[in-house]
Parts: sequence; C-alpha cells; structure tokens
Amino acid sequence: MELTEHEQKMLSGEFGNAKKKSMEILVALGKIFGAKNMIPIKSVQVAGVSYSNLGEAGLEYLSELAKDGKVEVLTTLNPAGMDRENWRALGIPEDFAIKQNRVIEAFAKMGIQTTCTCTPYLIGNLPKRGDHIAWSESSAVTYANSVIGAYTNREGGPSALAAALTGVTPNYGMHLDENRKPDIHFKVEAKLKTLSDYGALSYFVGTHCKAKIPYLSGISNPTNDQLKTFSAGVVTYGSKPLFHVQGVTPEAAKYEPPVETITVTQKDLEDSYKALTGPGNDVDFVSIGCPHASIDELKKVADLLKGKKVKVETWIATARPTKKKADELGYSKIIEDSGAKFACDTCMVVAPIKGRFKSIATTSAKAVYYVSARFGMLTRIGSLEDCINAAITGKWKK
Amino acid sequence: MKGRTIFGGKVEGEALVSTEPISFYGGVDPDTGKVVEKGHPLEGKSIAGKVLVFPQGKGSTVGSYIMYSLKKNGKAPAAIICKETETIVAVGAIISEIPMVDKIDISQIKTGDKVKIDADNAIVEVIK
Repeated sequence: MELTEHEQKMLSGEFGNAKKKSMEILVALGKIFGAKNMIPIKSVQVAGVSYSNLGEAGLEYLSELAKDGKVEVLTTLNPAGMDRENWRALGIPEDFAIKQNRVIEAFAKMGIQTTCTCTPYLIGNLPKRGDHIAWSESSAVTYANSVIGAYTNREGGPSALAAALTGVTPNYGMHLDENRKPDIHFKVEAKLKTLSDYGALSYFVGTHCKAKIPYLSGISNPTNDQLKTFSAGVVTYGSKPLFHVQGVTPEAAKYEPPVETITVTQKDLEDSYKALTGPGNDVDFVSIGCPHASIDELKKVADLLKGKKVKVETWIATARPTKKKADELGYSKIIEDSGAKFACDTCMVVAPIKGRFKSIATTSAKAVYYVSARFGMLTRIGSLEDCINAAITGKWKK
Repeated sequence: MKGRTIFGGKVEGEALVSTEPISFYGGVDPDTGKVVEKGHPLEGKSIAGKVLVFPQGKGSTVGSYIMYSLKKNGKAPAAIICKETETIVAVGAIISEIPMVDKIDISQIKTGDKVKIDADNAIVEVIK
C-alpha cells in the first residue's frame, strides 16, 4: 500500500500509540481488501458502544486508546445499552449503568461527540453527496450511501474508530464508483403506504438480493423516514449497504435498470409481513424507533397517544437531541402522560432486555430480526397506528 | 509455507485445527478460552496457548474485542493461521497483538502438529 509521509509517521508511532494501533488496523484491512492507498474522510460514526456487547475487554481497549488518542474528524457515536438519564425507569441494573458510563466517558475523552444514536444524519452528522466517510452502524451506512450518495464501507466498531483517530480509511469497496453499480432490478408493483410497508419490502428485497446491489423502480416520493426504515431492513436481510431507487436516490440516474428482474407484487408484500410475524395476538412490549424516531415520527406517535393510556411496556427510541425538540414542541409530555417511555441513547436491540418480554410489536423489520435472534421474542410488525393500538390494548389487530 | 502477515511475531506451538469458520463473539468463552458454539467441530476445546488454524472468521465485529479479552485473560491462542482472513479476526489479532498469518493451505496442518510461525516474514512450518 502507498502511504503518505504523514500516514507513515502515524504507523511508526511518531504521534503516539492510539494512532499507531489505528494505522496498523487500517493498513492490514487495506492489504486484505486490495486498497492501493488511504483516502481522507469527512466524518465517522462509531458502533460498538453497548457494554452488553463490548464487555470488560472492550472497555479496556477503549480506555487504552483514550490515553493518547484524539479524533481527527467529526465523529459521532452509536446507541449505548441504556438511556443515560432514564435508565432506572427502563429497568437497567445499576452495575451495568456504571460500566456503560465508563465506556461513554472513554469515547468522550477521545473527542467523540457522544450522541448515542443510529441516526447521526438527523442530528448534525450529515455528509454531502460524494463525501468519503467511515461509518459503522449498518442502517446509517446504507442510508448514507444510498439516500445521501456519500461513500462508505460497512465498518466495524474498531475499524471506524481507527479511521476517526487517523482521519483516513483504506480506499476500496464502496469508495470506488465501479463497485456501486446495481446488479438486480426490483420492479415494485405493490402499493406502499406505511412505514412497515417499507419494512416488509426491505425484507423481501434483502432476502432476494443476497450479496447483490438492488435497483428499485415503481416507488414514488417516499419520505425520509420510510427510506430510513428501508435502509435498516435491506442491509439486515441482504448484505450490501447500498441500494438505488429510480427517480429518488442521487446515483440511480447514472444506471439503467439491471437485466435480472424480480417483480414485487402485493402478495409478495403480504407474504413478507407473514414471515415477520409470530403466532397469537398478545403483545407485552411495544417499541417504536428502529432506526431512532425522527421528530415527525414523534409528532405522529403523540397524535396517536393523545389522551390515551398504554397497557403494556412501550418504548419510544430516539436520539436525545430529537427528544429535546419534542420536549419543546409538547410531544414528549403527551407521550409520557400516556405511560409510554422514552428510550434515548439506546434501543430495544442493544439494551439488556433478554427474558423480560415475550412478544414485541414494532414498525421495523430490522428490529424483528434482532429481537427474535438475540432475545427469542415473538414479533409483530405493523404501521405506527397498529403498534400504538397494541400498546393501548395489549392485543395485536391488523 | 509462505502466506501474508496480518500481525508479526515468532512463535512455536501445537496446532488446533478447525475445518469450520470461528465466531469469537458468542462462539468462544472469553474467560476460559473454550469454544462454546453448539455443534462446532472444536466445541468444548480450549484455544488457549494453541496455534489456532481455521479457514476464516464469521459473525459480529464485536468478535475483535472478544479476542482482546482472551488475551487479557491469558486465554488467547499463541498464534493464528487462516486460509483467508476477514475484518473481524484481522482486527482482533492486531489489537490483541497475536501473531497471525493468512493465505496458507490449512489442509497441510493437523491438530496436534508442532508448528513454527515466523509471522514477520509470513512463514509457517510444520515440524510434526
């Protein structure tokens, strides 16, 4: 690999241990994936924040880097294992909270903005089209590549952190235009209305495209929230962190629809709903906000909960700055008066909730995958209206 | 055999060979060094101090931190040899400073073989 003089110096340890270790990681990855050089980046999103995933060793590694490591670019943080303010109300044990805070402090010491959200693009880490970035968090990576038109590989926590500490990333994969061409055309004939329709579509497209890059046609005027949930689902069930939508995403116009074509019918959408939904109709946990809810989603939830009381545990996962905005606009009070709880800085996928609930209702196809795989919960997926109705009644009706 | 250096160092040790990929996150107990993945060919075996030979890693990127944990607990393998590495194990070897070489024909190595690794020069030698 060709390194600049500055990169060589970082590698030889001239700028301290954290930068040396980071360059070793990046050079090794560059060699493995055949990168010719490093490329400067504009921002980083770091995953691997929840103490339940990191454990004591992860915390130790981060503390070691924090001794002399400082980030070189705008760097934001993925959700943690708990709400940093409201953790007691959400049933998080105190010893977990102490460890989790030490993880976050180590990141803060390195100059990282401890945003603790999977939607950095909603709260100020918003790349431009064509920017090279090094993000982890697969839903945000997919949104950035596809909806924004930025360039990022699907980084892991340690490689994203290494990029933040050095300001560069190896130049391969999604950073190169030749690797961003679509391979398979999904002709969408099904009518898409709700958030969960896009979740169900993401399941269908993800499971059918496997390692190919999908190109979708027949979708008109989706909202950012719909594209956000689609981004999360398609990379969970597929693997490439990029999709193109004719007439919608910025790079789609560069390409003709690929020859290999799959038509998505109304029945395919209904079958996807069935695949994501478990038996029975009891619900004991409702969670909205995977990826983290936007201010518009919070407004809609408030409208649906106004004057109502929830019967089952209900979490609204969002970024803390988004919640602060909802506080000012009066949405938070309506939501909390109903008995629903905010889960800022965290979500149902990374919080230590194994064994607490049997059956979840959510709008998100990604959440379905993780809560069933990690926690063995039964799942129901539906629109915001369906989920809030389940929160109020404890029953699933669709 | 000549491969590719992922992390340097010189080690001699006893080989423990898996024909299947290894997931460190969820698949290996960081406190004991034992493989705990159900149905894995190495299930119940300890990787501590062994020259661990396997095709490649799999699973979550948190696996890199589990390797670091193994090292801190004194249960890490002495060295790692892979057929073709991927991000998780490569990053794990670097942050844990475990000598590692890939692009090796691992079918030439059997469990129990004495193996000499010069990871600085990416050379692997089976001494038997």
